[in-house]
Amino acid sequence: MSDRARAETGNGHERVVDTGLHRETTSTDGLNRIDAAFDRLRREGGKGLIAYITAGDPSYEATADLVLAMERAGADLIELGVPFSDPMADGPVIQQASMRALAGGATPAGILGLVRRLRERTQIPLLLMTYYNPVLHYGLAAFAADAAMAGVDGLIVPDLPLEESGPLLTELQRKRLHLIPFAAPTSTAERLARIAGAGCTGPGASRGFIYCVSLTGVTGARQGLPQGIEEFMQRMRACTDRSLAIGFGISNPEQAVLMAQLGDAVIVGSAIVSLVEQYAADRDKMLQQVSALVGSLKQAI
Amino acid sequence: MSLTKIEMPDTGGHFGRFGGQFVPETLMPALEELTAAYEQARQDPSFDEEFRYYLKQYVGRPSPLYFAERLTRRLGGARIYLKREDLNHTGAHKINNTLGQALLAKRMGKQRVIAETGAGQHGVAAATVAAMFDMQCVIYMGEEDIRRQELNVFRMRLLGAEVASVTSGSRTLKDAMNEAIRDWVTNVRTTYYLLGTVGGPHPYPMLVRDFQAVIGQEARLQILEQEGRLPDCIVACVGGGSNSIGIFHPFLEDPVRLIGVEAAGHGIETGKHAATLSAGQVGVLHGALSYLLQDQHGQVLEAHSISAGLDYPGVGPEHSYLKESGRAEYVAVTDEEALAAFELLARTEGILPALESAHAVAYAAKLAPAMGSDQIMIINISGRGDKDVPSIARILEVK
Repeated sequence: MSDRARAETGNGHERVVDTGLHRETTSTDGLNRIDAAFDRLRREGGKGLIAYITAGDPSYEATADLVLAMERAGADLIELGVPFSDPMADGPVIQQASMRALAGGATPAGILGLVRRLRERTQIPLLLMTYYNPVLHYGLAAFAADAAMAGVDGLIVPDLPLEESGPLLTELQRKRLHLIPFAAPTSTAERLARIAGAGCTGPGASRGFIYCVSLTGVTGARQGLPQGIEEFMQRMRACTDRSLAIGFGISNPEQAVLMAQLGDAVIVGSAIVSLVEQYAADRDKMLQQVSALVGSLKQAI
Repeated sequence: MSLTKIEMPDTGGHFGRFGGQFVPETLMPALEELTAAYEQARQDPSFDEEFRYYLKQYVGRPSPLYFAERLTRRLGGARIYLKREDLNHTGAHKINNTLGQALLAKRMGKQRVIAETGAGQHGVAAATVAAMFDMQCVIYMGEEDIRRQELNVFRMRLLGAEVASVTSGSRTLKDAMNEAIRDWVTNVRTTYYLLGTVGGPHPYPMLVRDFQAVIGQEARLQILEQEGRLPDCIVACVGGGSNSIGIFHPFLEDPVRLIGVEAAGHGIETGKHAATLSAGQVGVLHGALSYLLQDQHGQVLEAHSISAGLDYPGVGPEHSYLKESGRAEYVAVTDEEALAAFELLARTEGILPALESAHAVAYAAKLAPAMGSDQIMIINISGRGDKDVPSIARILEVK
């Protein structure tokens, strides 16, 4: 806490305020870490693994340990869930993780503090997955500023479609953070074209990636591959050369390898969160189990 | 170009800064499809004709605008009229909306409808129209509400609907709505989401309002016929806000005071209430930007009200707009005041109002004595109180 102080915002909640060392929001060559990671993957001809966990489940300390362990095990990017009371795009596993994290006292400001501490130990790209209300309540400009200062690289906001994303996108771009757009199997050609162009203009424009939702549904492990995924990804590829990450329903190496062939990265969440839940009482076992899953996923793709 | 209040919302579903569409991308095409289908229906005279036919022959409309002579005398002020939505088929205003949306679903070729319900009134109204139009129907209801509203659960099952118990979160209406949205995201291609209030993403706040506006359209004609002039004020309860928007909307351009009454529960100062507009802050829940009960980190709070139908931490975005623009006023009354008003209306007029509607009666009882005897007030009796008799009996026994 030595380089931080707490301050109150207009909404009366805590904000993380920098009082000391200023940290860069970008990697050493000035590129957003997300773009740097996809550039590296492209150079190496590899596919990316994006690992999701809910921040503060079971504790901030465990989340920090998990991030570092997943990086060592081969994760290329990390998605940290900011828990919300009403996670309407999530299935039971992540819903319950959110409730545990909230019960444990996780807050947006606390999670930014966690990211700041993590940035002393890792340069892995970090994205926050958050519903819109906690960010709106924090204040869009304040959140963008504090997230950038903490070392966040981008935001994923599942209940913020293109139509409503303007105000947050403007604030994030000002701080050179990405707002990751979603594409879904139900998206029309006209929508996909607009999604492909989202965030590509303006002062902070850069590439990031598009989060391709593999199925119509909520997050959570599924058997097999979703119907129509090849056709959907072909439609995506035809309308953009931005990096494409596929998520929802991917839980094992067999699925991951098939999905990875269709895009540039795969996103795995609920399967990891299930292990965190199962082994929450035994830190070493939890890290070992999560590392094993992440390792096998990365190896497969 | 700025829109007049009656022309709201804009094409993106905004009422000023409120409303909009805050849902996952997967649902956006479905909302576009629904908006287009509704626009088309609106321009098709046969759709309105069919809607009016069922409102008359099936729901039993127009509902009376009844001059409450004894209540007027008892309170000693304004002349009080009651808009009797409690006399509708299924016992509340909810059927106006479910009928309109079921006709829309039929038009869109959807065979499966889903809905959320708190007290079960919207669930019953949705199950009713699904039975009539032969659609598969799943009603999401919080485990806690299922326990509290046994009778309505049984009614829905009798009507052939599946009642799905929701065990996530606080196990009440807001969680039932989350679960209905999750079902819709999963089955979006085949399923129609029959939302019960003027909340949710665009176009729901607009289309539910339009279907409920029949309340105000009738009341306007009826008061002109009976009194030869417009009322001085209209009082209606506000949970999500569909009965109040329904009666307010046709009067928006008239010099008529519009008063929405929220549930103050145990009292706003106790934190145990559902007075979203009176004590909430602007936020996003269930697809719309509106006032919201939330904590200092933007987490949604649980609401409290003796009336399950008002027990919701959000409110329709048009109400937020009417509040901010000053066109409507919003007040709140406590559980206790609502109970007293329930007894008052029962004893003076022989009408058992729903506990939701009793909130409107409670505020009207405070306001009417301060008005002149030449002034006119309309109270929207949004539903009947039969469903509340068991819980009221329990409370009165305890006393």
